[in-house]
Amino acid sequence: MTREDEKTIACRCEDISVQEIKDAIHEGYADLQSLKRYVKFGLGPCQGKTCILLAAQILAREMGQTLDQIMTPTTRPPVDPVPIGFFVKGKEADDEK
Amino acid sequence: MDDNRIATHPILTWDRGTPVRVTYDGRQITAYPRETVAMALYAAGVKQYSTSSRFYRPRGMFCAIGKCSSCMMRVDGIPNTRTCVLQVQDGMDVETQHGDGKFPDVQAAMKGVKEKNAEVLVVGGGPAGLEASLWAAKAGADVILLDQNPQLGGQLVKQTHKFFGSAKENAGTRGITIAKKLIEEVVATPSITVYSGFTAFGWFQGAVCAADQDHAVLFQPRKVIVATGAAEKMLMFRNNDMPGVFGAGAAQTLMNVYGIKPGNKVLMVGAGNVGLIVSYQLMQAGIEVVGVVEGAPRVGGYLVHASKIARNGVRIMTRHTVLEAVGSDHVEAAIVAEVDEKWQPIPGTEQRVECDTICLSAGLKPSTELLEQAKLDLAYTGELGGWVAKRNWAMRTSNPDIFAAGDASGVEEASTAMMEGKIAGLQAAYDLGHTDVPVEEQKETRYNLDDLRAGPFGAKICIGLKCVEVLE
Repeated sequence: MTREDEKTIACRCEDISVQEIKDAIHEGYADLQSLKRYVKFGLGPCQGKTCILLAAQILAREMGQTLDQIMTPTTRPPVDPVPIGFFVKGKEADDEK
Repeated sequence: MDDNRIATHPILTWDRGTPVRVTYDGRQITAYPRETVAMALYAAGVKQYSTSSRFYRPRGMFCAIGKCSSCMMRVDGIPNTRTCVLQVQDGMDVETQHGDGKFPDVQAAMKGVKEKNAEVLVVGGGPAGLEASLWAAKAGADVILLDQNPQLGGQLVKQTHKFFGSAKENAGTRGITIAKKLIEEVVATPSITVYSGFTAFGWFQGAVCAADQDHAVLFQPRKVIVATGAAEKMLMFRNNDMPGVFGAGAAQTLMNVYGIKPGNKVLMVGAGNVGLIVSYQLMQAGIEVVGVVEGAPRVGGYLVHASKIARNGVRIMTRHTVLEAVGSDHVEAAIVAEVDEKWQPIPGTEQRVECDTICLSAGLKPSTELLEQAKLDLAYTGELGGWVAKRNWAMRTSNPDIFAAGDASGVEEASTAMMEGKIAGLQAAYDLGHTDVPVEEQKETRYNLDDLRAGPFGAKICIGLKCVEVLE
């Protein structure tokens, strides 16, 4: 099997190559949600803004599907990196901005 | 040290102000107050901002508008800081981030999250968000406008070309001029409160949480208009993450907003309108465009743009694709090849094109993260760039209190984004009982929007809209 896709990066945050996504599809992870959990693309600081669509394209091609047959995986906060201290401290009284 | 700042330009001038002191990996670089960290570094000739987390690959900037994670560095002891949307400050200490990044330094007292009520919350201050805010306010609503960039205007602030469209809808006016006018109007409207530099990062049961580096606010809005724009699409080729490979939009941000040269020899990938316009703008800034690569058999954008750059001697290579970026820590060349009818590279047709920058203009994907978290009905619609929220004519989604407008509701163009924003803004205000703007104004905008889409280039959009527009 050609490994030429090892140097083609799908997810920058988690450093996941196109090859790793293809391999996982052939191992049987045939929907975007399980593929994401197994390979771990889209779980970094940018939360998949670039890679989710690429992974969907790879999945569609490998499975002989069209993109409209592919469901988006769950999106959760935070979708952008923010200091974790906000969550730790929680709500506080409102004096001004 | 290098200075990649552009001195003279046929259309633009930059008022840079007095330099501030910024330290980069222990040495001083020149930065100007309005620049973001990533831009100042790029101007100083720095292309690599980090090494990646698993394979330790060099990484630089990619989107330049806070969408990707490619420009993250350690700033004043805080790792994973998006340097493309963080403005420089005197005395700032910026370090290359290696791998996962070091544990943060001790911070000043931790702040909590403030709560704020809002009548109409607009997320995103681009063409759609600005118009939505303005018209919601004109109709009588109190508006809070969030934008993650240091300045309002979204991608309008870098559109130096003149717009098409009808006379009523800014035809013949440059995007930058429209942006300036809209921003001034928004800032001068007392019922609009602007939170610049605030990124809306999560949807929490009807509330939207947003933060900058120092503050977080949990907004409790009655109506939300999501105008978060779109993100540049990535292409799959070897070393596609190498510094020097970036979105055509990033090239525009560098040269048109900050007056910084993206490179000296640029290869453009994609001959749609964005690819063609940005190629021309690169040439205006005195940069060599070594070629435009397009997978389709013919140019996708307006022919008037294509002939403009062809006249200047730029080679447009249709039925070609990029196979590889060549270089060690930044782009030194690209390998391109011819493709067959199925877009597969034809062996033996590979050629090396010398360049220091590869610009991708492969289209945009709507930024729908907040809409997805709000559990709206979405559908994949290729014509609109990706997954988009289903909505009615007023841009109302499957949740009656949430509207989507602009590229976030389907990738189109700035003129249509502004009209969608206006329609949504007025509707949100009407819903709340504010009627200072007559409903005829909204109706007329709907007609104008249909008119604008009736042209040949609107045909594709109309096919896409059929998939997501819910008729009533």
